[in-house]
Amino acid sequence: MESLVGILNYVIFFAITAGIFAMLSLGLNIQWGYTGLFNIGIAGFYAIGAYTSALISGPPPSALDWRTVGGFDLPFIFGLVGAIGVSGVAAFLIGIPTLRLKEDYLAIATIGIAEVIRLVLKNESWLTNSVWGIKHIPSPFHDPVDSMISTFLESHPHLPRWLLDIVSNGYNWLFLFLVLSVLIFLYFVSERMIRSPWGRVLRAIREDESVVAASGKDVFWFKMQSLVLGAMIMGMAGSFYAHYAKFIDASSFEPLYGTFIIWVMLIAGGSGNSKGAILGAFVVWGIWVGADFVTGRFGLAGFREGALRIIIIGVLLEAILILRPQGILGEEKFISKVLRNDRNGR
Amino acid sequence: MSILSEIPQLMVYGVVEGSIITLGAIGLSLTYSILKFANFAHGDMMALGAFFCLTSLAVLRFLGLEDSPFDPLSFGFNMVAALIIAMALAAATAMILDRFLYRRFRRAGPIILLISSIGSAFILRNVIQFIWGPQPQYYFKAIQISQKVPGLGVRIKPDEFFIVGIAGVLVIFLHFFLTRTKTGKAMRATADNMDLAKVSGIDTERIILWTWAIGTALAAAGGVLAGIENKFITPQLGWHMLLSIFAAVILGGIGNPYGAMAGGMIIALSGEISTAFLSTAYKPAVAFIIMVAVLIVRPTGLFGNK
Repeated sequence: MESLVGILNYVIFFAITAGIFAMLSLGLNIQWGYTGLFNIGIAGFYAIGAYTSALISGPPPSALDWRTVGGFDLPFIFGLVGAIGVSGVAAFLIGIPTLRLKEDYLAIATIGIAEVIRLVLKNESWLTNSVWGIKHIPSPFHDPVDSMISTFLESHPHLPRWLLDIVSNGYNWLFLFLVLSVLIFLYFVSERMIRSPWGRVLRAIREDESVVAASGKDVFWFKMQSLVLGAMIMGMAGSFYAHYAKFIDASSFEPLYGTFIIWVMLIAGGSGNSKGAILGAFVVWGIWVGADFVTGRFGLAGFREGALRIIIIGVLLEAILILRPQGILGEEKFISKVLRNDRNGR
Repeated sequence: MSILSEIPQLMVYGVVEGSIITLGAIGLSLTYSILKFANFAHGDMMALGAFFCLTSLAVLRFLGLEDSPFDPLSFGFNMVAALIIAMALAAATAMILDRFLYRRFRRAGPIILLISSIGSAFILRNVIQFIWGPQPQYYFKAIQISQKVPGLGVRIKPDEFFIVGIAGVLVIFLHFFLTRTKTGKAMRATADNMDLAKVSGIDTERIILWTWAIGTALAAAGGVLAGIENKFITPQLGWHMLLSIFAAVILGGIGNPYGAMAGGMIIALSGEISTAFLSTAYKPAVAFIIMVAVLIVRPTGLFGNK
């Protein structure tokens, strides 16, 4: 029983992390899956969201910190809204010079911007505390929930061990609930949008920009909306990450975790499909975690284990691209109701 | 000391760095122009070359080959031999990668190739880390002291002459290869228009293999020279240079090897000179900002004509 509870608690931890990755993957799905914007600087928006939220809702700098600004101790919701807003503004500014570029140039430009953001995080210690990172970022509703749990445990001193383990992990249940509700909300918003006329313009841009321009749509402006919206979702994921991990530094936003793995998730799940984006995040994160168990069995040195894990994910990506480029689910076909009836001859 | 008086010395660093970036940029530009995709694994090929060289040195030493350094340089014949072996091995790796991976995506379009190259970048970097480990490694232990050049007020290490010299020789070789040999001319024709090249009887698959081999051999040489200049190599070596290399390629105009050369020099010089005014940590950012500026003002690059 105890080991079962241990597994359950691990599953919750797993689902929270995968849920945050699923948000990033949904954001990327709007940019790449719907609009064809080749953003390989996801880590940049993710980092902006995390740091904005940490600076708004985190503690003020301690005596040992290099950081001199931020830390207003405001409630989580302010940090979250701030993260969404600042990531959106950053995306807007980045979009102005880059969105007119060809797709491969956009790729190079976005990866460059993510690197510049990472350099700023590492070097501007007055703002980001550089390599020491920002510590003690409070989790939303943590203290009230914690005190509720401890009062409950005090009033029920003779709980069986397994129930005690579940109850004391109560906060993570709440956080998981929070992440999943946001994820479900994002899913419905994104599904609703792509079926709207606006979403059809985005998909048309992905297929052929010049046709859309010729039919009188402002391609640049639609691309901008898609970039900003996707980035806002990525910033939101950053905020959740910061408040769950409680500690952030520049190394949390390296291209591997911040960008590469999210691309693998979206491509594995099926780009252009919101269900696929979420499914891909859970599956790939499962493989990533599972690979850790496998590579741990060979008795390799620590650095070899880490490298082998990344090689496995890389090979997985190449295998998907060769064998099933549309991903597990592939893109859903949307056909207008009228046409659908016609096809069926009804 | 005023900022201006540092500039000649920074320009020396810039030319050395520029030679290394140029070697990377020419290779990237070649594959970009013929295969029509931005190869994000190019930097990691440089790192792979640098590590092949390390192992070749060890093998040569193991075989008991005498190694006495060329007088002012900190290495001898073995280093030159190892450099050539590393270039060949890296070229072979690229050709194998093309046969087993990239060839499958020829019809799928440039973006799938691009995504696939990001995958192989991570695979290559971690294969290097798996085999050689993450800690810095050294070609030779000796630390070379830079010599004062009379009259110019700058200090240069003898090894740096070797770096610039090798880069120069390779670029001249490439120039003659592209303009004088049949394969080189066929490569330029394929870059201009692959279908036209095909109908005029050029075996484009063979040309693609040549492109991978030459581009990657040059990248490997760049990786080795970076190892000589920095005194150490790590699996991240190529990734750290990739942005500067892309900047150089775009600045010079994609598909133009001479442009890539000029781009490499401009990027390296401006990066080095910026350190007189800015924190060194932002050197890659300077390269990047120049690149974005070029993309906005003149997306074909300074020397591009397409």
